[in-house]
Amino acid sequence: MQRIIKDGAVVLDNWHLLDKDTTLDALPNSDNLIVPFKLWAEHAHALKARDGKLGIWLDSDEQAEDIADDLANFQLIALNFPSFADGRNYSNARLLRERFGYTGELRAIGDVLRDQLFFYLRCGFNSFAVRADRDAEDALGSLKDFSEVYQSAVDQPQPLFRRRG
Amino acid sequence: MYVYDEYDQRIIEDRVKQYRDQTRRYLAGELSEEEFRPLRLQNGLYVQRYAPMLRVCVPYGLMSSRQLRKMAHIARQYDKGYAHISTRQNVQFNWPALEEVPDILAELAEVQMHAIQTSGNCIRNVTTDQFAGVAPDEVIDPRPWCEIVRQWATFHPEFAYLPRKFKIAINGAQSDRAAIEVHDIGLEPVQNAAGELGFRVLVGGGLGRTPIVGAFINEYLPWQHLLTYLEAILRVYNRYGRRDNKYKARIKILVKALTPAVFAEKVNAEWAHLKDGPSTLTVDEVHRVADHFVDPAYQALQDQSALLAEQQAEHPGFARWMARNVNGHKKPGYAAVTLSLKATGYAPGDITDKQLDAVAELADRFSFGEVRSSHEQNLILADVEQTQLLALWNELRELGFATPNIGLLTDIICCPGGDFCSLANAKSIPVAEAIQRRFDDLDYLFDLGDIDLNISGCMNACGHHHVGHIGILGVDKKGEEFYQVSLGGSASRDASLGQILGPSFAQDDMPDVISKIINVFVEQRHADERFIDTFRRIGMAPFKERVYAANH
Ligand code: SF4
Repeated sequence: MQRIIKDGAVVLDNWHLLDKDTTLDALPNSDNLIVPFKLWAEHAHALKARDGKLGIWLDSDEQAEDIADDLANFQLIALNFPSFADGRNYSNARLLRERFGYTGELRAIGDVLRDQLFFYLRCGFNSFAVRADRDAEDALGSLKDFSEVYQSAVDQPQPLFRRRG
Repeated sequence: MYVYDEYDQRIIEDRVKQYRDQTRRYLAGELSEEEFRPLRLQNGLYVQRYAPMLRVCVPYGLMSSRQLRKMAHIARQYDKGYAHISTRQNVQFNWPALEEVPDILAELAEVQMHAIQTSGNCIRNVTTDQFAGVAPDEVIDPRPWCEIVRQWATFHPEFAYLPRKFKIAINGAQSDRAAIEVHDIGLEPVQNAAGELGFRVLVGGGLGRTPIVGAFINEYLPWQHLLTYLEAILRVYNRYGRRDNKYKARIKILVKALTPAVFAEKVNAEWAHLKDGPSTLTVDEVHRVADHFVDPAYQALQDQSALLAEQQAEHPGFARWMARNVNGHKKPGYAAVTLSLKATGYAPGDITDKQLDAVAELADRFSFGEVRSSHEQNLILADVEQTQLLALWNELRELGFATPNIGLLTDIICCPGGDFCSLANAKSIPVAEAIQRRFDDLDYLFDLGDIDLNISGCMNACGHHHVGHIGILGVDKKGEEFYQVSLGGSASRDASLGQILGPSFAQDDMPDVISKIINVFVEQRHADERFIDTFRRIGMAPFKERVYAANH
C-alpha cells in the first residue's frame, strides 16, 4: 500500500491505479480501482456492475467535460501529471470542482512533487500521491507554503481584493 | 507608486522562505537538476555561460530611489559592481552565486521587490509605457491596471505551468510605446458610446522564432471583466496550447492554428462561465490601487519656453540633449528626462553600483524619488521641473548619462548575447559597440533622425530585432558567429516585422553593412523623412543592391 497525502494527513491508500492499456477481463471484481478514461468510455456499464469502489483517472490531454455527466459514478477522480511541468490538469481540476460540482476525492497522480502541492490544493485537489521515491511526510509542509493568496480559486473563492481589511 | 500592505508583504516573504528551502534541498541533492530548474526559473534565476543570472522584477518599470539603492547594494555585495536593464524593464545581475540568491531575495523583500515569475513558463512581468502617468497623449494611466493584473498573475495556481512563457503589455496612451501588438496579450483603453472605460484585447503577438503581430479579439471589454476575461484566455491556452514542441508552444501558434475568430469563440465560451464571478473587479479595488498612482505634489508652474530657448542658445550641447532626451509632460513647467545607458564603450543597459546610487540621489532631488526603466534599456526621471533641466543636464554629463542619442541610431536595443547568455548563437554587445563607434558624429546622427536598431544574439529575440527599423540577429553558421540583417520592423502603433535583407555577414563587416544601408537611406530620403518611412516607400531592393554589390 502506498502512503499518500489526503485531507492534510499522510494515510495508507487502498486504491489500485490501473494502466492506460488495462482491459476489462483483467479486472478483479472487488478491489477499489482507478480506471483509465478509455476503459470507462468503452465499458461504463460493466464497470458500474462491479462490487469494488470505482475511481477514474484522466491524463493531461483528456478533458473534464468528457466525464462531466458521469461524476456520480466515481468515488475518486485522479488527474495525471506526466511531468510536473505539464500544467493542463490544473485546469481540469478547477473545472471539475467549480463548474461540474464534483465534491468527492480529487487526487493528483504521476510526477507529483512537494513544490507543486500548494498550487494543486488551490485548484481543488484534496489528495496527493507523492512520487514513490519521495517522502509524503516531508511533502506535507508544502501545503502551507503560502499564508495568503491573491486569486479566486477552489480553496478560497474570494480574491484578496474582496477580502482586504 | 504602489506600496505593499501587509498582505502583499506576507506573500513575498513566504516566497523567500519557500525559495530558501528549495535552494537548500537542491544543494543537499534532494531536488534533481531537472526538478530545480523550473523552480529557479520561476524565480528569475538562469544558469548562464559563466555564472547564474538573476532577473529582478521591476513591475511595469517603476522603481523608488530606495529600491534603486537596494539594486546598487546588491550589485556591490553580491555581484561585480554592476547591473543590467533588460528589454523587459527588469534589472538583471550577471554574477550572483546560486547559494546567495535566497539572501538577495530577502534583501529585495525589504524594499517590496522580488524575482517572482521573471522567467519560466508562466505569466511574466506586465509591461507598459515608460511615460505612463505623465505622457501628454495619455488616455488613461495604465499603471493601476498593470498592478491589478500583476496581483492576479502572481502565483496564479492554475497557470504556473503553461506551455510557454506569457507576456502581457498594457498601453494607456495614443501612441503605443508599450509595443502591445507583439505581446501574448496586449490591452489598451477604449470608451464606449456612454463614455465608460473598457479595453481592446489583442492576443497572439510575439517575437521569437515565429514573429507575429497579434490580432484584436475583443474591441470592447468592460473594465469590470478584465480579470475573468484574462482567465478565460489563459485557460484556453493552458488546455490547448501545444506542449510537444517548445518552438510551437506560444499562444500565437494556437491563435494562428485556430484563426483569431475561432480562438475568440473559445475564449467567449469559457468566459461565459467566469463572467460576473468573484474575480469581477470592483470600483473599490480599482480606486484602492489607483490611489497609489495619484499625481505627486506638482507645483503650479508655467512652461519655461523662453528660459529654455535662452539656455539652449548658450549651450549647444544642452540643446541637443533637450531635442533627444527630454520629453513633454502633461503638467505645465515639467518634463520627462531619459538617461541614456547607451554611451559608446559601455554595454547597452549596463549600469554600475555607483551610478545606481547617483541616479537614486538625482531622483530624490529632481523627480519625487521615482525612476522608471524602459524596454529600450534606458532610465527615466519622469517629473523634472523645466527650470531644473540645465542643472540636471550638467550632473548627468558628469555621470555619463547625458549622451543625446535617445531614439537615434546609437540608442541600440541589445540583448546580453554571447558574452553572457548560454543560448546565444553570437555576441551582440561588440556589434553594438562597433556600430556606435562607426557612427560617432553626433551631427550626422541627428540628421539621420529616428532609427531603431535592435540586436539579438539568437532567435529568442530578447533584443527585439524583428521590430527594429534595422534588426540584427546572431546566427550560427558552421560553428561561426554570423549576423543576419532585417529592415522595416516597427514596434509602434503601425507595428510591422522586419524583412530579411539577404545572406548573413561576419562580425567585422557589420559596421560597413550598416553604413551602406544608411547611405542608401540618405540618398533616397525625402526631406526629413524617417528611415522607416523611406524604407516603406522604396522597399528592400535598393538596400539589397547596395549591400551585396560586388566590391570594386
Ligand atoms: S536573444 Fe538569445 S542570446 Fe540574446 S539574451 Fe535572448 S536568449 Fe540570450
